[in-house]
Order: sequence, then C-alpha cells, then structure tokens
Amino acid sequence: MSEKELLDQIDRYLNGEITKEERARFESLRIEDASVNEKVVEHKHFVGLIKQYGERLELERRLDEIHGEIDVHTLEDELMIHPSGIVRLWRNHHSKISVAASIAIFAVLCTLFFTGYLADRSRNYEYVVGKIKGLENGQRTLSNKVNQLDGNKGVRTNPGNFKGTGFAISSNGYIVTDYHVVNGADSVYVQSYDGKSYKAKVIHLEADPDVAILQITDPSFKALAPLPYDFKKAESDIGENVFTVGYPIDAMVLGMGYLSAGSGYQGDSTSYQISVPVNPGNSGGPLLDNKGNVIGIVDAKQTNMAGTAFALKSSYLMKAIENIPADSLKNPLTLNNKNVLATLNRVQQVKKLQNYIFMVRVYNQ
Amino acid sequence: MSKESVNTIPTDSEVILGILNNSESVLKRLYIAYFPMVLQLIINNNGDGDDAKDIYQEAIIILYNKVKTGDFELSSKLKTYIYSVCRRLWLKRLSQMNRYGGDIKDFEEYLSVDDESEKNNERDLQFNKMGEALKLLGEPCKTIIEDFYINNRSMKEICEDFGYTNADNAKTQKYKCLQRLKKLFFQQKD
Repeated sequence: MSEKELLDQIDRYLNGEITKEERARFESLRIEDASVNEKVVEHKHFVGLIKQYGERLELERRLDEIHGEIDVHTLEDELMIHPSGIVRLWRNHHSKISVAASIAIFAVLCTLFFTGYLADRSRNYEYVVGKIKGLENGQRTLSNKVNQLDGNKGVRTNPGNFKGTGFAISSNGYIVTDYHVVNGADSVYVQSYDGKSYKAKVIHLEADPDVAILQITDPSFKALAPLPYDFKKAESDIGENVFTVGYPIDAMVLGMGYLSAGSGYQGDSTSYQISVPVNPGNSGGPLLDNKGNVIGIVDAKQTNMAGTAFALKSSYLMKAIENIPADSLKNPLTLNNKNVLATLNRVQQVKKLQNYIFMVRVYNQ
Repeated sequence: MSKESVNTIPTDSEVILGILNNSESVLKRLYIAYFPMVLQLIINNNGDGDDAKDIYQEAIIILYNKVKTGDFELSSKLKTYIYSVCRRLWLKRLSQMNRYGGDIKDFEEYLSVDDESEKNNERDLQFNKMGEALKLLGEPCKTIIEDFYINNRSMKEICEDFGYTNADNAKTQKYKCLQRLKKLFFQQKD
C-alpha cells in the first residue's frame, strides 16, 4: 500500500466511511504494524489541528456577527464613568497641557528677562515709594518724572562730556551750578560768553539742596567787574515774572516766564515751580526776577507737564555758601549786594548779565 | 431555546450545555449578556470599544475551548469568571502597551485566574501557525484542505468543484497538498 493510499484509508477510517469488514482489517493492521499505527495517531493529531483552526475561525465569525448587533457607542456612553470636566480634560490632554504650560512659563520668563524686568529691581522699589508718597501727598502721587537738566543725562555713564550752566557769585572766580551737573566729574571747564574756556575746581558739593560751588583756577582768568545782580533772601511770590539765562545750546539762551508755585516737585519746599521754557543744559543757570535779583538756580523740569520746571530757592544757595569750609576758600568770597539791573529793560539786563553766565563743561573720563 | 429568550441572561448551566451543543442562540445570549460589563471595565481603564471587543472575544474563546475540551469546572458564577478572565487579559495588554498606571478601576468581584491564559496561548500559537501555513499553501490546495477537513465535504463533491476527471486525481492532489501543509506547519518557528 502506498503512502497516499494509506493516508486516504486513514481519512476514511477516521471519518467512519469504511465498511465493517475494512475496519476490522485496518484495525488488525494497526495492531500488527506499529508504523501504521503511528501514522494514524500522527495524522489524527494534525487533522485535529486543522479542525481546531476551522472551529476557531467559525467561532470568531459568529462572535463578530453577534458583536455587530450591539450598539457599542450607546453602551459606551452609558457605561463611561464621567469624571468632572477638568479631570477628563487633564486625563485626555495632560501632555499637551503640560507642554503648553511650559511654553507659557518660558515665554513669560523670557519676556521679563528681555524687557529687563528681572534685572531692574528698582522698578518695584519705585512703585512702593510712589505708593507711600501717594498716601502722603494725595494727588501728587501721579507718577511724575523729573528730568534733571544737566545736558545729556543718559550719557553720564558714557565717558564723555556734558554740560550745564553756571553763574558767578563773586567777581574773583567763584561760580555756582547744580550738584548734579558736576557730580562725578574728573575735570570741569567753564566757558564764558566770549568763548574763553577756563579750568575750574569743584570746591564744595551739596547733594541736598542740589548745589555745587566751583572756583576758576585757570591762571589766564582775570577777575570780573563787580556783579550786576544780588541775591534775594526772602521768598518770591507766585505770579512774579522771572527769567533765566543759560546754555542749553552752544549760544546763550534767554527763557522767560513766571513763578507758578511756591514749592517744587512733589511738594519740595526748597524749590519754586516755574513756568519757564528750559531745556537740558539750563541746569545751574540763575533764575532772576524782573528787577534782576537772583531768586534761584534752575534745577529740573517735569517731563509730563509742558513748560513746568523747578528752581532751587536762593535762600538755600546762601546756606550752601555758608557751609563751605573756610579752608576750601583760597580767595575771600564776598557776595555782592548791589543790584544795578533793577531799572534796566530785559535786553539791557541780559547784556549786563552775559559776562557772568558760564557754560559748564564736565569731563568724566 | 425559545426565540423570546434571546435577550435574557442565560443561566450558567444553559451556557455550558449550549456551548457543548454548538447552540447559536445561547452563544448570542451569552455574548450580549456580559459584553456591557466588560466594556465598562475596559473603557474606564484606558481602553476603547475595540479593545473591549478583542478582550471579550478572547475570553469567550477561552471559555468555549475549556468547555469543549471538558476541563471547565464552574467554581464561581460564570459572570465572575468572565469578568476575571477579561480583567486579567486587559491588565496584561495594558502592561504590554505600557499604559498600565498601577491601578485598575473594578466594577465586579473577581477571582485570580492565572493559568487560564497560558493554556490558551498554546492554542493561540497553533491557531496562528495553522493560519500562516494555510496562507502559504496557496490555492487550490488551501480550499481543498479546508473543504475536506474543516467543512467536511466529500471527495466526490470536491472533485466536481475543481473539475478533476476522476476521484483518484483529486485524492492525489489532496495528498500532495496535505504533505506540503504539514511541512509548512512544522517548519514554522514558534
């Protein structure tokens, strides 16, 4: 019997398709021939595997069919435990949310960093100060900013020169200007109306009030004629016409206006508020009344109020002069008390004044 | 089984008998009865409807095979058994997908069913191997083998379908096909 025939017989035998006679013969063959028996067992096992495969496929098909009849979506909706919206949002999108949050934090930090917010701590400080002052001063809390009129304020850190104005307080070379003009200077030069430049020395500095006293030390300096103006010790009144002469540009400039308030920036009682057009470079110039009395030193202006400036009252200048240590004064400093301008008109006043007003050049290399 | 009872939950013994008798309607009632329970388990534990279908059908097949081979002992309610098998299968699937967060929300009581799926794996393996071998076998062999051994059709019918001139030719063909199938089946690595 060939292998093929044997297998065919086994198939028939297993399927029960053979006659009784054949079966008996085949069974005795199995007993006689172990190899035949082995074949039968082996084949039966393999056919079993095939049948199992078929059954499994069939079962899966049937299950899929049943599954197709179930409305899974409706069931899902019914059976899903719905956590609160936020929890669900977090569960479904937590990675996206995390990334978004990181980017947002990063962006905020970057913005703060690049705008200098993190570096500039004084911003907070100023803010707090502003608040306290606000409580004290009521309406003046509006964050007014003062620009000091010392030429190019921003350039100060830059080793270069900037300038202000100064004026003589005696004929022998003492000049007054603002503290903030010469503060930190390495060398100071003053330039007169006729263009001559003299080296000067800072002999006295007072930050508060904002006053500096210079002395011209240049050997080429010749003493001036007696001063045409004097210094008013009493306070001036609101509404008085005032004027100033200074060097906001390379030429001397006259600024006229009136005294608008008896106190300065944020209620500073050492200053007047004046309504006089002033510009950077006017700092340190004299403020005179109609009669040619020096009533103050131009000091600062308010950037957010047009035409508003401040001038230190002359009485504080006097005090500062008194404070000069005696050994700083090489020459006697005697203040002039004679006023020759009182009867002159403005043009003549300025002409008389011009020799006593200096451009102050500051080098801080 | 009457038609009206198609939507009622079959009793446990009904299910066992139904499986043994290849009852379509019992299988259907069984399937419909417990699917929501498994769906609930899975969709509330990081899965979706398709996952639930896969897991549930796998569990039904396990039950089916166990009942068929006669080594099924009902030691608890059938519902608990199915839930436990699905739970175990799903935990396994979750950890394979690295989605297992360490806790699982349970909706039913369950038993520990450790060895269940091991045995089934053996069957799964053979099932897959057989499927693969039949695929490689190609036509007309595949159909001849399936017709004869799975669909239990006679050689005469097959002979007619394929237009063999006599049954002997068909037998020769079947023999060759079977030899090749065996070769393909046993050649495969596990």
